[in-house]
Amino acid sequence: MATVEVAFTPLPAHVRTARLVATAVARRSGVDEALLDEVRLAVGEACSRAVEAHRRHCPAEPVRIEMTDLGERFVVVVRDSAPGAAGTQPAGASAPSAAANGASVPSSADDDGAIPAGFGLAVISGLADDVRVSSTSSGVSVQMSWPSAVATA
Amino acid sequence: MDLKLGHYNKDGIEVVDVEGEIDVYTAPRLRELLIDLVNKNNYQLVVNMEKVEFLDSTGLGVLVGGLKRVRAHDGSLDLVCTQERILKIFRITGLTKVFGIHGTVDAAIAAKQSEK
Repeated sequence: MATVEVAFTPLPAHVRTARLVATAVARRSGVDEALLDEVRLAVGEACSRAVEAHRRHCPAEPVRIEMTDLGERFVVVVRDSAPGAAGTQPAGASAPSAAANGASVPSSADDDGAIPAGFGLAVISGLADDVRVSSTSSGVSVQMSWPSAVATA
Repeated sequence: MDLKLGHYNKDGIEVVDVEGEIDVYTAPRLRELLIDLVNKNNYQLVVNMEKVEFLDSTGLGVLVGGLKRVRAHDGSLDLVCTQERILKIFRITGLTKVFGIHGTVDAAIAAKQSEK
């Protein structure tokens, strides 16, 4: 069972709440203060991607986040329910400089297509030292983890 | 915190002050402002990010979109940013090679004027 689970309506306004909760749970789990900015940004990116996928494919379904303190690792899983959603392919994660190279796959990030699809995943891969993206018929899950000290309180 | 936006003209260059969090929820407001400035023939822009507390890929997309718009008119969009937490996202995405990033608004304006 996850330490904390959150399900939220797929609206951009709730992404901030999700990343604030993730940061608070990470801090409580003993993640080093220096890594909390990375947790905040990576979870925000994963939630933004999921929200966009839900808004296109299943706006009535909530986005789900599981945050688990495993003692030595703090694990966050962001799950969506939008199979085959555009911009969710993990291939983009291997090209973090795609925007700089002039890639122009349209994305919700900017109407001009200035940022390629999958860019958020690329950012996540640059932030978390352990990222696993899995796509199934029921949706995409992004699992990220960071080292944490065993809670002493 | 929410996003606060302001802008003013200095030495012929439009400076955009951004304060707060730029994310999937707030970024559209910044995009609208940049589009509005370009539509009013402002092609030399400096975006001051010294009071930005959070920036994600959606915000990066808006800045890159703004850059594309001003470049279409032979303009440029430079950034003012010294915060490590914000600079990091530009570095990991390779966008430090795309934007001119300066330590102060005055330095950004001086760099733009030297390009003219």
